Amino acid sequence: MLDLSVIVNNFTFLVVQGLLGLGGFAGGTLRLALPAIGLGFLLGIFIGLARLTRMAWIRVPATLYVEFFRGVPLVMVIFWMWFIMPQLLRLPIPEYGVALTAFVIFEAAYFGEIVRAGIQSVPRGQVEAATGLGLSGAQAMAYVVLPQALRNMVPSIVTQMIVLFKDTSLASIIGYVDLTKAAQIVNNREIRPFELYLFIAVVYWIFTYSMSRAARRLEQRVAQA
Amino acid sequence: MAEPAIAFRLVNKFFGRLHVLKDIDLTVAPGEVVVVCGPSGSGKSTLIRCVNALERVQSGEIVVLGESVTSAGANLTRLRTQVGMVFQSFNLFPHMTALQNIMLAPLKVRRLARAEVEKTARALLERVGIPDKADNYPANLSGGQQQRVAIARALAMHPKIMLFDEPTSALDPEMINEVLEVMTDLARDGMTMMVVTHEMGFARRVARRIVFMDGGVVVEEAAPEAFFASPTSDRARQFLSKILSH
Ligand SMILES: Nc1ncnc2c1ncn2[C@@H]1O[C@H](COP(=O)(O)OP(=O)(O)OP(=O)(O)O)[C@@H](O)[C@H]1O
Ligand SMILES: [Mg+2]
Repeated sequence: MLDLSVIVNNFTFLVVQGLLGLGGFAGGTLRLALPAIGLGFLLGIFIGLARLTRMAWIRVPATLYVEFFRGVPLVMVIFWMWFIMPQLLRLPIPEYGVALTAFVIFEAAYFGEIVRAGIQSVPRGQVEAATGLGLSGAQAMAYVVLPQALRNMVPSIVTQMIVLFKDTSLASIIGYVDLTKAAQIVNNREIRPFELYLFIAVVYWIFTYSMSRAARRLEQRVAQA
Repeated sequence: MAEPAIAFRLVNKFFGRLHVLKDIDLTVAPGEVVVVCGPSGSGKSTLIRCVNALERVQSGEIVVLGESVTSAGANLTRLRTQVGMVFQSFNLFPHMTALQNIMLAPLKVRRLARAEVEKTARALLERVGIPDKADNYPANLSGGQQQRVAIARALAMHPKIMLFDEPTSALDPEMINEVLEVMTDLARDGMTMMVVTHEMGFARRVARRIVFMDGGVVVEEAAPEAFFASPTSDRARQFLSKILSH
């Protein structure tokens, strides 16, 4: 039988510590996912633009960056940040810093590809029309290309955000107490795996499902314009 | 004779190894309307795209309104505000209304005040015959209406020269005339125009001169009456018989 008392009794720990990251340990799924999505996308815009520039000294490193981070597992990047970066920099990096940096660096490669593809999906005639009107390259990008590119990118961006949101559970391997780790800690004490892992599955699902719902509504609104 | 509005001097243009414009020597006087025609791939689009430096050339010189556009230090922004361009596929900005399409460049390039820009934009929509479509997005306009917005958008920068690249080829037959009428009015008002088109009726009525191109070369240059009555080259004769037979 399902015994939900284990959830009720540990609700504060699971939600405040595991989901929000406001407890006594470094952790929190949302505290990691939200800035990772924001910063990763921001960095991704620059990487996507860098991959399209004619200046090889910008384009080539950006391309190598994307190809490299898309070719290695996220767990490995997290381990690097955890074991190698502190040695190289000769200073300790806390769990939160390690996790956030690893996610931003890793996800920016994927967001960068989405941005690049989005920009390339805008027909060349659009840039020509803007250029022909006297707009500079940067103005054409800002007023003509990016607004259309972003619109085309919405579905892939949301998919990537959902992937990232779920991947935050990997941060638990360095002792970062996110939702998954919090459930594991409680389970070690109470041995109620079914209830606990069902509960966090529902929490993850609620967030990812709202994201895809919001995305669908955004797409519809954008399509009407 | 007054200084030409556009002058090509021994212009050569390559796409990689493909020689697309060969020793082009051509001038267009202020207020003159020149129609460019010729078979597909002959270099017509490339020719007029050189005028506002959408294409760079490998040799020769192009002078527009007294300034070389092919020299290294050419002020391309200034050039492009003086030369308007209209494309076959309209190229309206789909995320902006008709009015916003027209207002973008005056706001961002000329940095004029919004109220003034909007007034001009509405007047231009009036001029091209669709004042009631200001708030429509391109997707909700017919092809002919889209092309008229595109013309208004180019005119909003008060250009001295207008380039048209097959402005009616993508249109359903019943919409061709509404666009040609706007162009005819422009010509009557003294606009300098280079028009790539196969609308020979328009060419006959409006053009001062026809330029016939084939294989990257200007094969023939003549007044419309002469060109249609007695083309001197075989290639022009063949081309005309194909075009006029349908
Ligand atoms: N960006 C480009 N890169 C490579 N080749 C090109 C490019 N643009 C045009 N060409 C080639 O240059 C030649 C001339 O093209 P252009 O578009 O000027 O011809 P056109 O006379 O306008 O033809 P159409 O009537 O089909 O529009 C063609 O052979 C075309 O394939
Ligand atoms: Mg063409």
